[in-house]
Amino acid sequence: MSEVFASTRNGVALPLAHLPRTALAELRRAVVDRVAAGRRLAALFAALDGPGAGVFLYAVLADDPEGRLEVARCRLPGDAYPSFTPDCPQAHAFEREIAEQLGVRPEGHPWLKPLRFRRSWRPGHDAWGRTDEHPLPGVADFFRVEGDEVHEVAVGPVHAGVIEPGHFRFQCHGEQVFHLEIALGYQHRAIEEALLGGPHRATLAQMETLAGDTTAGHTIAYCQALEALARVTPPSRGQWLRGVALELERLANHTGDLGALAGDVGYLPTQSFCGRIRGDFLNLTAALCGSRFGRGLIRPGGTGFDLSPTQAEALGRRLDAATEDLRRAVELLWTTSSVVARFENTGRVSAQDCRELGFVGPAARACGVALDVRTDHPAGVYQFAQVPVTTAHGGDVNARAVVRWLEAQRSALFVREQLAGLPGGPVRAPLGPRAADRLVVSLVEGWRGEICHVAVTDAAGRFARYKVIDPSFHNWFALALALRGEPISDFPLCNKSFNLSYCGHDL
Amino acid sequence: MIKAILERARQGHRTLAWPDGPPPALPERFRGLPQVDTARCPEGCRVCADVCPTRAITIEESAGVQIDLGACLFCPECSEACPEGAITYTSDYRLASRTREGLVVGEPPLALATALDERLRRLFGRSLKLRVVSAGGCNGCESDVNVLQTVVWDLGRFGIQIVASPRHADGLILTGPVTENMRLALEKTYAAVPAPKIVIAVGACAISGGPFRDSPEQHGGAASTVPVDLYIPGCPPHPLTILDGLLRLLGKLEAEGRVQESG
Repeated sequence: MSEVFASTRNGVALPLAHLPRTALAELRRAVVDRVAAGRRLAALFAALDGPGAGVFLYAVLADDPEGRLEVARCRLPGDAYPSFTPDCPQAHAFEREIAEQLGVRPEGHPWLKPLRFRRSWRPGHDAWGRTDEHPLPGVADFFRVEGDEVHEVAVGPVHAGVIEPGHFRFQCHGEQVFHLEIALGYQHRAIEEALLGGPHRATLAQMETLAGDTTAGHTIAYCQALEALARVTPPSRGQWLRGVALELERLANHTGDLGALAGDVGYLPTQSFCGRIRGDFLNLTAALCGSRFGRGLIRPGGTGFDLSPTQAEALGRRLDAATEDLRRAVELLWTTSSVVARFENTGRVSAQDCRELGFVGPAARACGVALDVRTDHPAGVYQFAQVPVTTAHGGDVNARAVVRWLEAQRSALFVREQLAGLPGGPVRAPLGPRAADRLVVSLVEGWRGEICHVAVTDAAGRFARYKVIDPSFHNWFALALALRGEPISDFPLCNKSFNLSYCGHDL
Repeated sequence: MIKAILERARQGHRTLAWPDGPPPALPERFRGLPQVDTARCPEGCRVCADVCPTRAITIEESAGVQIDLGACLFCPECSEACPEGAITYTSDYRLASRTREGLVVGEPPLALATALDERLRRLFGRSLKLRVVSAGGCNGCESDVNVLQTVVWDLGRFGIQIVASPRHADGLILTGPVTENMRLALEKTYAAVPAPKIVIAVGACAISGGPFRDSPEQHGGAASTVPVDLYIPGCPPHPLTILDGLLRLLGKLEAEGRVQESG
């Protein structure tokens, strides 16, 4: 068999001319075989090949132990193709997205329904043969269980709490959930369309607010892609500060999640403490750049702000104090049997399901699957300073909580070390023009898991396609699996143990 | 149990003294109300207007340089790009206004939020229940609204409470640009709130569409779909800005006194 893939690494641009010419049947077989042999499907997406000129399919496989990425593309022969999903379940959501965006139908997909409820990018090409009217969100067939005493519970899009919208459909027998189906798309802002022909003046701001609780993660991924296309390496000091920002983001969010998990089992001390301590971590980010969410901090070529030695020292001191408060707040969880009893054996996801469906981040590590971009595909500061991968076993709420706690401690240690050893020099380098006809895959380990951006440039160096994959895109299905066999009253606890992004999924 | 009690004692009392005492210290680099020193603007210069990601800055012969706080992301782009350093962000966190036009600053300055009328203040002044609806919000505004419920901000001490059902609410807090896919749900949620009711738009998206104002999948903010009583700018607004806006709406802050404090 001729070569199907071109090999690259995280943040290294590849000329499109290096991608082997391949046919769909070959590409499909190669993806199915390699994923079966242990590769992970990091991206599968379609792009318009110029106006009215047909559709290209792109696949990105991650070889995590070797730190390599394999990229392939082929032209799709028409408005339908044989679905990958029956032989490669990791493709299930990607193929629903492809069907919806480009109006190309993956024949044989076991559950082909819209992902975000929007029109096709190609007028007149719709995978479901719909008219050009805007589809109504959530209006589709749902998986149903029939039988005596089986009932259906529907929740959302507006659901309890200060939370983004989503629709959850439970098939229950008494209190027990047989099946949960999650319908999203309510947050859809058409970000990938807006990126076509970019970068535009609002692009950086859109990256910062793509998933607003992951500003550092997504903006670093975006800047890494731009820098690879412009063949610029940001100065070390800028890369170190990016690492500090990314780990502070992780610390704040993990702290918030641990507090919320405590709240969902009715243990108020840790909930109250963590609610406050999360704010302390956000305020450290604000000390860096003026914004609690890191807006304005990550800039193409480096960072928008620097730290004086006095500021770095003050930041370190405040970090120590908040971390000590966190340690004491979280340790109450593990010594309170009523908390541990509620966490243990709740919302289990098996390691096998995790691998087969391609879950990422703390949700995967809680199943004992040691995936972490910082270790597997290191870029920036992580090439020089390592963060040990944290795993746990059991794949339940408890494991996801433990992973968060261990990661939070390691992030704090990492930030402390990097602040003490900040390299000298500038924080930002100017970016020249972007290379034409290139493809770059940019990976970042955000606090929810792998963030994957893929930029493809046209002959003028503008975005012919810019694909964004938030970790939530992979992991929403993990939540659905976690609920199987659980009492429906444990939904809030299970949901919080993943704490996935709605807008990051909906784009 | 004893451990929890001891830890409670160690973690201590953390609720802010404000508004009775001084406001909490804001970070040195905090970007509050922007200020333009138009005397320094070079003839015909449009650099700030051209770099603004949301086109929040307009420069006209008659009105001079104006910044629409409803679209402003409070990002550093304009102040960094200005060749004369004429744009600076002050540390003034008070940004809320009752009207959309009131958010356009320059000449005249920001029209800081005034209190509800006497009838509504009698109804809501000591007990205001709000339902939050995110309609395309990025979880930034949502997070900093949520923070008001922590022990630090303790929203409950002002009689303000976030509730789960619109039927239990006196009004809505709205975040996000109002995506097409949330419009119907927003209309239904608004209809489910018993009258009289109020709507508070939090953040650049909910006021103007923010970074997404050009997207065809959104409607440019809350006012496209429901009548808005209070606009709180920011991306996201600092919790102090949000609380300040809510308290002004309920007449719990003396508007005049505090307006004159700025300098």
